[in-house]
Amino acid sequence: MTATGANSNLLVEKVSPGAVLIRISGNCRGQLKSHSVEVARQALDQTSGLKCLSFETTALTGWDSRLIAFLRNCAELCRERNVEFRDEGLTDGIRRLLRLAQAVPERSDARHASVRIPFLQGIGEHVLKGSASTREWFTFLGENIVALANLLRGRAQFRWADAFFVMEQCGPQALGIVALINFLMGLILAFVGAVQLMKFGASIYVADLVGIATVREMGCVMTGIILCGRTGAAFAAQLGTMKVNEEISALETFGISPVEFLVLPRMVALILVMPFLCAFADLISIAGGFVVSISMLDVSATEYLNRTIHAIQLKSFLLGIGKGSFFGFLVAYAGCLRGMQSGYSAAAVGEATTRSVVTGITAIIASDGIFAILCNALHI
Amino acid sequence: MNTDQIKIEIQNLTMAYGSFVVMRDITARVKQGSVFVIMGNSGSGKSTLLRHMIGLQRPTQGDVLYDGRSFWRLDDEARRAQLRKYGVLFQSGALWSSMTLAENVALPLIEYTDWSAADCEDIVRLKLALVGLNGFEDYYPAEISGGMRKRAGLARAMALDPEILFFDEPSAGLDPISSRNLDQLILELRDSLGTTVVVVTHELASIFMIADDAIFLDADTRTMRVQGNPRELLKHSHDTKLRAFLTRGDPSGTAQSDAL
Repeated sequence: MTATGANSNLLVEKVSPGAVLIRISGNCRGQLKSHSVEVARQALDQTSGLKCLSFETTALTGWDSRLIAFLRNCAELCRERNVEFRDEGLTDGIRRLLRLAQAVPERSDARHASVRIPFLQGIGEHVLKGSASTREWFTFLGENIVALANLLRGRAQFRWADAFFVMEQCGPQALGIVALINFLMGLILAFVGAVQLMKFGASIYVADLVGIATVREMGCVMTGIILCGRTGAAFAAQLGTMKVNEEISALETFGISPVEFLVLPRMVALILVMPFLCAFADLISIAGGFVVSISMLDVSATEYLNRTIHAIQLKSFLLGIGKGSFFGFLVAYAGCLRGMQSGYSAAAVGEATTRSVVTGITAIIASDGIFAILCNALHI
Repeated sequence: MNTDQIKIEIQNLTMAYGSFVVMRDITARVKQGSVFVIMGNSGSGKSTLLRHMIGLQRPTQGDVLYDGRSFWRLDDEARRAQLRKYGVLFQSGALWSSMTLAENVALPLIEYTDWSAADCEDIVRLKLALVGLNGFEDYYPAEISGGMRKRAGLARAMALDPEILFFDEPSAGLDPISSRNLDQLILELRDSLGTTVVVVTHELASIFMIADDAIFLDADTRTMRVQGNPRELLKHSHDTKLRAFLTRGDPSGTAQSDAL
């Protein structure tokens, strides 16, 4: 029996009742495909009482890995059918590579089993994961409070140089973006307010609107969000990469607390810098409102400034920068927490960064809502 | 295969970072189908030389020729085609961490061939089996050990049956058995597929086992000292620095047998 398969490089011959020979000839480079093994499968299935499969490669002129893959698949078929796979007819190089590929048997326990998780189990696992992550949240908070207490007692492994370095990065270097965003916020507030208030001939109250909204809410919230994207994300990426490089493990083996040494400087820096950034943001935002009002409305510069000074109470201002400081804490907390939780790969660092921004912004907005309710109740 | 054909030629190569010269006047020839080892002490610029040979860094002076053509004088298209003929194993594997091992090996196949998914899978399984990672296809790099990552990196480097394979410290971080298997595989690739192999290493055992040819870089004089087969060099060379290197600083010269 002689049969040629789909591939002209392969010729299947039945040499004796129990033996099939596959002749491999010509230049096989790029010729063999995964379905070429069907030729062997057919031969094996159609020959009854088959004992062995052998090969002949004297006319083979060129080959690549595809040939080895083909032979490996043939060997696999032979094993399934209890047929002897004879590699004597292969050239030395091919035989040695093939044996090398078979040298290490497959670790049967290695393969990941793809398990389908039932719906309820999925929910349960989610809840458990959620509670575990909440616990981590509070553990980290506790560690931070302990570290802060150590700092106040002067016993923390903390270098002020680190804190000053972070302050410089997230303070002065952020002034540009903080100024731009808050100036635009001031413009927008004034525009929206002006259109409504003009209907009642109360244009002058644009100054109240911009002043109060900025100082109490927008200044600190916008600055917090900017810092979250700018600095919180950077913290998460830094700490995540340090974790990948085992720098954090190295700190721990020296008995240095990563929370005191890495997290605390960042936290302290943001808490201290944020009030100044917020005050700056307030000023710029009011300037934005000022520009709209004197150019668009029938309000003089002196009137606008007088009205603004009258409208803004000291307690509003202090509330704003106090919240700013708290948001600074939240940003540093979210960035450092996610960074420390990061896994050990580039993808994990990316995920940590994303999560730090999401956590940070959510925490800022949510806590701002709580502040609003509290202030209302306390008549601040 | 014509074994005398020159595959890579380094001509008067000077390597520098800015004004800091790492090495100057390196001239060497790598024969097709041979294993070429770059030896040298730590910090002598071995990896930098490798980066120049791979085309990651532009020579400050001199040139690197492949099959007689200068890599840096090719146009972009030809340069990319040339890069496809290389396989590189980086020091720590450099696997893409967001992909499984199978996806790592499959990426060059998917990008540069028109094979069907089944064909790619066949080759992926073969290459992983060649490095002893049978059954680890669905693992992520973060889930396996450093040595396994390195071997998976080799499987990826071999994916396209490259004409030239570059290895940066292949045995670093491997246990002796895996290290020897890797050397075996390097020789096997040279013999069966005719692959030209360039290896950066300072593992003596490995150098004596695999090298057909080698150059020795000296950090003090900032240039290469000799080229030749390390076994021959050990017997005949009078270069004291090279002898010290090849004998692990032991003047009696018995370290070779220790190393082997």
